[in-house]
Amino acid sequence: MTAAPPALELRGIVKRFGALEVLRGISLAAAEGEVIALLGASGSGKSTLLRCINCLEIPDAGEVIVAGEAIVFRPARGGRVPADRRQVDRIRASLGFVFQSFNLWSHMTVLENVIEAPVHVQKRPRAEAIAEAEALLAKVGIAEKRHHYPAHLSGGQQQRAAIARALAMHPRVLLFDEPTSALDPELVGEVLRVIRGLAAEGRTMLLVTHEMGFARDVASRLVFLDQGRIECEGPPAALFAEPPSERFRAFVARHREEERLRGAG
Amino acid sequence: MDLAFLADCFLRIVPGIPMTLALTALSVSVGLVFACLLAAMRLSGNTLLDWPARLHVFVFRGTPLAIQMFLIYFGLAQFEVVRTSVLWPYLREPFWCAFGALMLNTAAYGSEIVRGGLLAVPCGEVEAARACGMSGFLLFRRIVAPIALRRALPGYGNEIILMVKATSLASMVTLVEVTGLAARIISTTYRVFEAFAVAAAIYLAINFAIARAVAALEWWLSPHLRGAPPPAPDLRLAH
Repeated sequence: MTAAPPALELRGIVKRFGALEVLRGISLAAAEGEVIALLGASGSGKSTLLRCINCLEIPDAGEVIVAGEAIVFRPARGGRVPADRRQVDRIRASLGFVFQSFNLWSHMTVLENVIEAPVHVQKRPRAEAIAEAEALLAKVGIAEKRHHYPAHLSGGQQQRAAIARALAMHPRVLLFDEPTSALDPELVGEVLRVIRGLAAEGRTMLLVTHEMGFARDVASRLVFLDQGRIECEGPPAALFAEPPSERFRAFVARHREEERLRGAG
Repeated sequence: MDLAFLADCFLRIVPGIPMTLALTALSVSVGLVFACLLAAMRLSGNTLLDWPARLHVFVFRGTPLAIQMFLIYFGLAQFEVVRTSVLWPYLREPFWCAFGALMLNTAAYGSEIVRGGLLAVPCGEVEAARACGMSGFLLFRRIVAPIALRRALPGYGNEIILMVKATSLASMVTLVEVTGLAARIISTTYRVFEAFAVAAAIYLAINFAIARAVAALEWWLSPHLRGAPPPAPDLRLAH
């Protein structure tokens, strides 16, 4: 009996946009229940890394392994493409992705957004999907908005609906791509509270964020990306107490300064 | 104002309405299929498909509809190949020639409207669908098509109205529709104003109905653009 494979594993992920090498060989594993926060300056490749996991970007090299299953690629003109579209669809359905800009489907109500994939991708009975969606919407605190359209919601409500949409798929891993960066400051808290609750449930999560204090509180591990490489990683308390790298220390100092200025303003 | 004559004109032109409507309905519905096909060719990214679609749009958008009708109805008959082809039973009928010209025309304009609708689908919403495991036809049917339809509908409503008016050219290839009947009245009575005024009023009425229908469809398809719904009933009732 071998130990269960990590919920998510990345091996040597490389991504180029033209001549620009955004990711230069990233390896990372998330054990079941682990909450990993990806930190880094703008352009350090953290969002690209997240998008490589569910093939919204195709990594030029390296492996993506979800619950022991590696995504199979085949060479194509100018790089490579997934060999089996159905495998990618299946793996994507097992990864909940939450976007910076919510990306709710504008022509559907909140409830319809949440049941869309369970009903049409996972072929679950509609009544069951609706019952579950209503419970999820209650959980993220927008049950009374279930018949509203995304345009009728605030950004924080939209993002919470998007989180419910991701949860409805019963994902093995949740991927958050700067979930609060598009929000007005007063709406950030309500979204962070929901994410904090999910972390406390023991869900496996990867979280790209600029909310350093939040990452420090919620994450079991911080991964600091710099120029497409993992500069340092470790438990938040240890990293902040004794920054193992000068770049991380500078990054933290810069952030503290910004937060102090914002606080003063 | 000779009301009796106007009424007489009206009664004599009314029998042309079915022909006007038939030409419009047939050319718009078949044309829409071709429009979608042409738009798909334009967006395929394949030069061999893109190029013929561009050519079609270039030719049919760039030449007058009347000349296209003349070329198809009067011009093609000049060629032996056409007269002996399997299409001849259709190409010698003015109805099918008018239909052909109208249909190919609206396919050209319509393809640009459909293409615009498809290009206007926000890529974030498509990405969200992909991230949920949707792809291929499911993604198109559930996300891309409904959004594109909503974006294209106002433009397409315009196109339908233009087509109703374009059918009046069919009278020049001997078809007896609203304009043709008005012209016939004029040739016997020489009362141009009354006959054409009645014909114009009939087009106006048809287009008013179409504009209302399209607006109703738009309204029905876009609850997300209207105000928020009233507060939902108590949750406990829903369970």
